Amino acid sequence: MNITVRIWRQHDRAAAGRMVSYGVDGISPDMSFLEMLDVLNDQLTAVGDDPVAFDHDCREGICGMCSLVINGIAHGPEALTTTCQLYMRHFNDGDTIDVEPWRSQAFPILRDLVVDRSAMDRIIQAGGYISAPTGSAPDAAATLVPKKDADRAFDAAVCIGCGACIAACPNGSGMLFTGAKANHLGVLPQGQTERHERALAMVNQHDAEGFGGCTQIGECTAVCPVGIPLDMISFLNADVLSALPRKQD
Amino acid sequence: MEQLFTVGEPIQDAKAPAGPLQDQWEARRFGAKLINPANRRKLSVIMVGTGLAGASAAATLGEAGYHVKSFCYQDSPRRAHSIAAQGGINAAKNYRNDGDSIRRLFYDTVKGGDYRSRESNVYRLAEVSSSIIDQCVAQGVPFARDYGGLLDTRSFGGVQVSRTFYARGQTGQQLLLGAYQALERQVNAGTVEVNTRHEMLELIVINGKARGVVVRDLVSGTLETHLADAVVLATGGYSNVYYLSTNAMGCNTSATWRAHRKGALFANPCFTQIHPTCIPVSGEHQSKLTLMSESLRNDGRIWVPVKAGDTRAPGDIPAAERDYYLERQYPAFGNLVPRDVASRAAKNQCDSGHGVGPGGRGVYLDLADAIARLGRDAIEEKYGNLLDMYQKITDEDPYRVPMRIYPAVHYTMGGLWVDYDLESSIPGLFVIGEANYSDHGANRLGASALMQGLADGYFILPNTINDYLAKNPVAAADSSHPEAVKALDTVRGRLERFLSINGSRTVDSFHKELGAIVWEYCGMERNAEGLEHAVGLIRALKEEFWTDVKVTGVNEELNQTLERAGRVGDFFELAELMCIDALHRAESCGSHFRTESQTDDGEALRDDAEFAYVAAWEFTGEDSPPRLRKENLEYHNVELAQRSYK
Repeated sequence: MNITVRIWRQHDRAAAGRMVSYGVDGISPDMSFLEMLDVLNDQLTAVGDDPVAFDHDCREGICGMCSLVINGIAHGPEALTTTCQLYMRHFNDGDTIDVEPWRSQAFPILRDLVVDRSAMDRIIQAGGYISAPTGSAPDAAATLVPKKDADRAFDAAVCIGCGACIAACPNGSGMLFTGAKANHLGVLPQGQTERHERALAMVNQHDAEGFGGCTQIGECTAVCPVGIPLDMISFLNADVLSALPRKQD
Repeated sequence: MEQLFTVGEPIQDAKAPAGPLQDQWEARRFGAKLINPANRRKLSVIMVGTGLAGASAAATLGEAGYHVKSFCYQDSPRRAHSIAAQGGINAAKNYRNDGDSIRRLFYDTVKGGDYRSRESNVYRLAEVSSSIIDQCVAQGVPFARDYGGLLDTRSFGGVQVSRTFYARGQTGQQLLLGAYQALERQVNAGTVEVNTRHEMLELIVINGKARGVVVRDLVSGTLETHLADAVVLATGGYSNVYYLSTNAMGCNTSATWRAHRKGALFANPCFTQIHPTCIPVSGEHQSKLTLMSESLRNDGRIWVPVKAGDTRAPGDIPAAERDYYLERQYPAFGNLVPRDVASRAAKNQCDSGHGVGPGGRGVYLDLADAIARLGRDAIEEKYGNLLDMYQKITDEDPYRVPMRIYPAVHYTMGGLWVDYDLESSIPGLFVIGEANYSDHGANRLGASALMQGLADGYFILPNTINDYLAKNPVAAADSSHPEAVKALDTVRGRLERFLSINGSRTVDSFHKELGAIVWEYCGMERNAEGLEHAVGLIRALKEEFWTDVKVTGVNEELNQTLERAGRVGDFFELAELMCIDALHRAESCGSHFRTESQTDDGEALRDDAEFAYVAAWEFTGEDSPPRLRKENLEYHNVELAQRSYK
């Protein structure tokens, strides 16, 4: 396959950026999208140009590092698929493909397609955990967890923290990411004690980072590579509401 | 050929306490000096790496009150490659009442490692395994549960009890998120500071003690020195020396290799695990390989066509014309034989022309019988995400067509040598998780990597490092210290050298070529002739690398090519040591299969009289041969036996 990619190039946080077109020839349909970018980077290096900077690591869809908006869609056209698991067989010979970074006020661009997502870590720091100091744990079998709760927690816990939900949201909201963590910990018996305060602390941090509010548009869940459902946000909102009156005590 | 190595003094003391195995850990903890909580905050520890070992250790030391400076090259600590571990984590809980115990987990691990690990360390690992599960459940790790709400377990390669706890096919992710959350909790508490997108490029040693690191800020290119009272490396393994492996693209040996050059012994570098169940290579462009958890071997049956060169679709091959070769060769363990045995068996089938798929480098892993027995839903529940991943990569439906698998490099048992306290041969430098060599001998059993990483991080290091810190007060030092300045200059000089070569070949092209050499001669099978040849090839390619590599851009920017060049430069040196180690160990054991040393029916043949030791290598200079320091292994609690899974 021969394709054209139009890629966002930006030298650093302060520089202006622009879309630049490159032809990439001899692409195999069995290549991953990132392997296609590897080929492009080899071409650029050969002629002494700076290769395109992009984030990636595990290349098996679990680490959450890869982060490209492909043809206007975070992680590209395939549902439930991270950028690194997207294969060129989903494109056609002669296609022109637009490749852009995550765009959101809370994600400054560091170079080309690489953005700073540390705001998401700070949401977790604010409360996205169960306080369980090492060594203090009771026997693992001491508390039964109904299978449906364990499954629900798991369905939330699979969030890979990539930030696609935020990149896709017209409001730049991080509520799906935050809601997933509130659900994961909030449905387990171990997470009950801190449940409402956890939700409130995370949402406060979310707002302080400059993420927008949720207006239930649903773009987030549509692009989520692991299918985190929209009702995670309702759960989060309910927990936040439960926390508010207590705060006034 | 010139002399490739010299032999130095054996290692006298690994610091394991005397006495019966089951009393040693308690004795060590009681013997360790403690530090008053009020004094802990005056002590600082550098933690490099945020995987299971690094995140759990940083969190636990932070909770104890130490000041921890944590570093990772990823943009978030949550992305460390532990996240990709699939299958599960072992613990001797014996919830299944199937004969499991601490002693059995210890025994299985020593046996599985083919008797090349230290009894005292392995016993302690088995001892703390249960506490890990307790800790993770308390943190909210959503382990699989049965309908009564109790924890589910499954059996895993190489053992006959059901002791593996799991969270669907993404156990590593869930355990790492637990440790990551504990770590971020400490960031919030102010005890841990996390520096993301920072890569360690040099170790700072002052008066013989590890005191700090030089790191590069990967966004700005700024070089920084950080000093502390002790340094811990939790930087993972070196599988990416092979270029193609199941490791993440950024995994590298630089932290451990730089420490090795500063005096830390590197143990058993040739012990590298080839995992039997990975998706086969599809073409030249391939950048990494993807593992399919070996838990699939619980329900999948592995077979090849009886007739060599049979190109029929798998569905067209009747049962009588299929060779379920593991079930045939190893009736007792069948499809659940240890990884090294399963990998070599697959290679042998492909070498003899029975392989399937492109290039004949693959065997079938067939779920059809399990789907017929348990139903599609049950299989989807257990392995859904793995099977989806397989379909995305191969464009084939594993519920209908048998999966194709082939071995790939997955884990490295070798690593920096550590004593019972997990301290390297440089005082004050501790090494935990996959980065050390300690517990898996010549072969790691499935679901034991997660156990070891978390054992080291939550329970072992936090109970040994205090003893070092209490007994070794050091004078405060900052980045103006001559050793810190020297280390920074070394790093700067090396980066400038990369940028000034301006040759004609990309970093990746060198890395691919190096990987192909190591895979060919120091992969699933090794022999003396091939290994000697490989050393020559590696040296020649290394010379070409340092004269013809092309690194674009400058240091003072986000420069991913420069990052990779530094990592590949270190892989060259490690690759040579791996081949020398493999060459000197003229026996087969575990993952290390020397064709000259096999039984009549082609199984690995150990030589305990000659090789029952850990080969710890000392760096003696850029152009001088490494020195072998042996730690003799003594077994008082298990009888050395030829492994048999028949």
